[in-house]
Formats: sequence, C-alpha cells, structure tokens
Amino acid sequence: MSSYWRGLRDGAPFLLVIIPFSMLFGVLANEAGLPLHETLGFSVVVIAGAAQFTALQLLNENAPTLVVIASALAVNLRMAMYSASITPHLGRLPLWKRGIVAYFLVDQTYAQAVLDYEKTPNQTTIEKFAYFMGVMSPICPPWYVFTVVGALVGETIPENLGLDFALPIAFLAMVGPMMRTPAHRIAALVAVILALAFAWLPFNTGLLVAGLGGMIAGAQAEIRLGSAS
Amino acid sequence: MSGSTEVWVVIVALGLGSFGLRFVFLGLVGDRAMPDWFLRHLRYTAVAVLPALVAPLVVWPNATDGDPDPARLAAAIATVSVGYLTKNVIAGMGVGAAILIGLTALL
Repeated sequence: MSSYWRGLRDGAPFLLVIIPFSMLFGVLANEAGLPLHETLGFSVVVIAGAAQFTALQLLNENAPTLVVIASALAVNLRMAMYSASITPHLGRLPLWKRGIVAYFLVDQTYAQAVLDYEKTPNQTTIEKFAYFMGVMSPICPPWYVFTVVGALVGETIPENLGLDFALPIAFLAMVGPMMRTPAHRIAALVAVILALAFAWLPFNTGLLVAGLGGMIAGAQAEIRLGSAS
Repeated sequence: MSGSTEVWVVIVALGLGSFGLRFVFLGLVGDRAMPDWFLRHLRYTAVAVLPALVAPLVVWPNATDGDPDPARLAAAIATVSVGYLTKNVIAGMGVGAAILIGLTALL
C-alpha cells in the first residue's frame, strides 16, 4: 500500500472527531452573528479548533481585538512544540513542502504522523510526507466542509451520542502505543498530573506547563534509565 | 458582536500567528542539526502533550458539566490499556467506544 493511502486509512477514524467539532463551530459562529464567509474564513485561515472557539467566545464578549488575538494564540502555542518535534522527520523537505506541512499541522495530523514515524522509522522523507498528506486528507478538508454545514444547518449532532468523548478516546488510543519505554511512560504520567494540577491556568496555558514538564521528565528519565524498553 | 473589519483582522492575525507557530522550527531549522539535549526532549513531545490535552476532558467532562463520570473514566482507562497492550490504535478506539456506549446505556 502506498504511503498516501496508508495515511488516509489511519486518518479516517478522525472523521468521528472532526465532523461534530467543526459543525459545532459553524453553529456557534452562526449564532454569534458571523456571516458564512467569516465562519469559513476562520476554519480555512486559522484551521485550529480550540483557538477558533476561544476567539469566537471572546469576540462575542466584545473583548478588545488584541486580547482576542493574544488569547487564541496562547491556546495555539503547543503548535510550536509540534513543529519542533516533527522537524527531525520532515526537515529535509523543500521549503514549500515544509510550508504545506506547517499549514496542516494540527493535533490529529501531528499525533498520527509521529506515531507512525516512530513505529516505522525506516521511511524515506518522501514517504513520510506522502503519509502526512494522507492523514491530513480526511481531517482538514472535512474541517472546512462541516464548518459550513454546521453554519447552514444551524444545529449540531445531538450530545447524548457520547461524541463529546470521541476526541479523548482517539488521542488516548494513540498514547497507548507511544508509551514504548519507561521514559515515555514517566513523561505521560508527569504530564497528566501537571495537566490536572494546572488546569485552572487561563487560556490552556496549563497544557504548556504540563507538556514541557512531561518532556523534561521523559528526557531526565532517559538519561538515568536509558532509552531501552 | 463586533464589526466585520474587526473579525477579519482577528482571522488574518490568528492565521498568520498560528502558521508562524507551526512553521517556526520546520521552516527555520529545516535539516540543520539540533543539539542532542533538545532532540532528547522532543522525543517526548507527543507522549507528554497528548495525555495532558485530554486528562482534564477525561476527569471533568464537558458533557456532564465537569462532574466526573464513571462511564467516561472507564472508557478512557480501557482505551489507553488496550492501545498500550496491543499497540493497535483502532482496537483501542473500538474498545473505548464500546465501553462508553455500553456503560452509558446501563448506568
């Protein structure tokens, strides 16, 4: 199977996450009085769920423009960590392809791609890029399409289906295979404890504390315990 | 709600800022070597950030207005365990979803 199709297959389950989330954004943007082109503008230009919801909520509260921008960017700071983390895999691509990867680098594409690159380390950079584009295909274009559907239909998929929990389940299923060594398991554990302890910090910044804390814990554990499983 | 110009200012600024955050290492570092200590930390980015992202959603779910929910907790634990033991993402998702739907129907 080609790398692109393998990526497409692995990205497909995320439709269960993407469809309800993007529809919800469309519905809320419509209710906030945004015309369709602005709603779609958010999903195409910003293409980041949590940051879009933050910006929409603050716009709705008539917060100052700079506060809206700074707050939503704070929610997106983890993207810089993703960018650093994927660079050893894709840094050899020509600049325009790295630009394409950067644009489509969201939680789901990052997580699935890194999981695959760690599981199958012998891929060429070309194969890794094709895989990334495959993963992106059922995630990013549907994000645009179902934002519009949500804005037009004006109602979201009913909550009692448990779809609110599709995102946690998708990510947790990927975290399982990522915990390959004691250092990886320590990183995850420390990150979870810090995320719960600092959940009260505004604009998702607790996530940064937890992510950085987990990474430091993993690196320290690797020095002490080695990287064998 | 604010005026249309302000909304587009927000959209464009957020778009540029988000792209900048995503591009900063990929674009500026590219294939240049990064120091070992930095790479060592990057190896744990995914396994730290993803659990941190979902932990509050598992313990204080939005759907129950933040009240801990036994069905969601059980589904989360089962999902990680199956993913860890089988190394199979789809199996983890399937078992987690089945437990969530099953327990929600029972409880």
